[in-house]
Amino acid sequence: MLEMDVAARFGDFKLEAKLSCATTGIVALFGRSGAGKTSLVNMLAGLARPERGRIAVNGEVLFDSERGVDLPPEARRLGYVFQEGRLFPHMTVRKNLNYGYKRAGRAPRIDFGRVVALLGLESYLDRRPGGLSGGEKQRVALGRALLANPRLLLLDEPLAGLDQARKEEVLPFIELLRDSLGIPMVYVSHSMTEIVRLADTLVLMSNGRVEAAGALEDLTSRLDLRPLTGRYEAGAVIRAAVVRHDDAFELSHLRFAGGILRVPRVEAPVGAEIRLRIRARDVALAREEPRASSILNIVPCRVEAMSAEAGPQVDLRLDAGGAALWARITRHSVTKLELAPGTPVFALIKAVAIDRTSLGRDAGSGRFLATGQ
Amino acid sequence: MSELLPISPLEAEALRLSLRVAVWSVTLSLPLGLFTAWILARTRFPGHGLLNGVVHLPLVLPPVVVGYMLLVLLGRQGPLGRALFEWFGVTLPFTWHGAALAAGVMAFPLMVRAMRLSLEAVDRRLEAAARTLGAGPAAVFLTVTLPLMAPGILAGVILAFARALGEFGATITFAANIPGETRTLPLALYSMIQTPGGEGPAMRLAVISVLISLGALAVSEALARRLRARLLA
Repeated sequence: MLEMDVAARFGDFKLEAKLSCATTGIVALFGRSGAGKTSLVNMLAGLARPERGRIAVNGEVLFDSERGVDLPPEARRLGYVFQEGRLFPHMTVRKNLNYGYKRAGRAPRIDFGRVVALLGLESYLDRRPGGLSGGEKQRVALGRALLANPRLLLLDEPLAGLDQARKEEVLPFIELLRDSLGIPMVYVSHSMTEIVRLADTLVLMSNGRVEAAGALEDLTSRLDLRPLTGRYEAGAVIRAAVVRHDDAFELSHLRFAGGILRVPRVEAPVGAEIRLRIRARDVALAREEPRASSILNIVPCRVEAMSAEAGPQVDLRLDAGGAALWARITRHSVTKLELAPGTPVFALIKAVAIDRTSLGRDAGSGRFLATGQ
Repeated sequence: MSELLPISPLEAEALRLSLRVAVWSVTLSLPLGLFTAWILARTRFPGHGLLNGVVHLPLVLPPVVVGYMLLVLLGRQGPLGRALFEWFGVTLPFTWHGAALAAGVMAFPLMVRAMRLSLEAVDRRLEAAARTLGAGPAAVFLTVTLPLMAPGILAGVILAFARALGEFGATITFAANIPGETRTLPLALYSMIQTPGGEGPAMRLAVISVLISLGALAVSEALARRLRARLLA
């Protein structure tokens, strides 16, 4: 459990954030740059001091201005992976990794060799950070923070400084750590794509305030949060189970509340629960069920709400048997199809629009270690 | 060339004394210099500017004035000098300890400047990262800050050593020019120039001074290169 209720002022910027969420899996902290994400994480880590408030992790109070509690960073046992890596330039990779490991005190639940193997760092151990690529540096930074045996790992835009290829070099490792070590993480990002892929819980920040916090699926389907989650990124996140793989066409059949979805083959076993994101602009609408269409996925649903923003586009929230879907169509089509809340429609989802990067692991898979949480 | 060798016992004594004075002055002012550099670089308090000025004073004052101030302060009749003598039996003026002190005071601003600059160049975000990894402030200083400012410390030490070796004005004022006690290389050289027929020894002392300075410079260059290689490799 992560509880924060803090107020701080940095120059002209005022931060007043209140937050309470479970620390299982990955908690994503999302917001535009300048929203106060990094400040909030720094206060959590003890690198910045709130003017007043209270911070507690799993019941242990790290900061409480009323009771005069302010644990120094080294006593908080929170791992921190910085945007710029911050590896020690005068130490080898091995010494960097050992820095927190040898200070971790009691028997760490993480083994040095295992972390090195998980992150694929064997061949760099005796090199210095100066000669590593950006992606390699971030993997070392991840390992270094992990080996300090933290109860919570804080990642502040760890991929922001990397190009797409380098991101793909690091992202799978973060997924691996989440799934195999069960370290709860707070992941700061302004990329919805990364968050959907990684996070279970979403915290939306804007102008130094926490605007909403909750399950990723719930927050991404809320119309009122659209200005925060971003128009381009608009879309729904749904949970689905793998029903079967169609080897002939290299498709996978997924069952979700609204029926069956056929998508390009996913690397998950039959029965696995996964999460996928369907962008609003990849969903078209029809009043009648189309025949002889190339669209694989035709989901009957009902219009639930419509965005009232001006402009040529309208976003509609659809109810597909209890799951929320989003469709972005032109205002012209809304008029032509006479769409209004309550109208039954068919959502047409192109299978190819659902790609690898829009898939995430399901939150409820329970593969986290419960120790110390 | 033959008149450069051999070195007379008097000159050898001046050389030994100079090295002793310089080594002691640098060794003793190293921790104090580091501390002062840290105060100046990392803290802000009323009087910060005054401290900065006092530390830099020997750099801008005529050395004779510094020597005279030391004499006034630490002489037998001076407020500090009397206490030192009465409580510890220590006399500084006209002793090689005094020469080391004068050299140390004159070299101090150079040492502090180099260290302060290197400390200010240390990325404080690395120190913050070390804290999140479980290291307390003292451990962070020893394992992150100090190694990262090592090139600056080295530069400060070499500068101070060279300055101490060449110290003349404050030394002759505070510790006088006593053969075997406070007659360091520059003072011996000065004395030889004043003595009829001292051209040969004077030349030898000058050559020795040049050799020591070049040697110190070479050692510092080699060390600096190794430190840089460690940081960049």
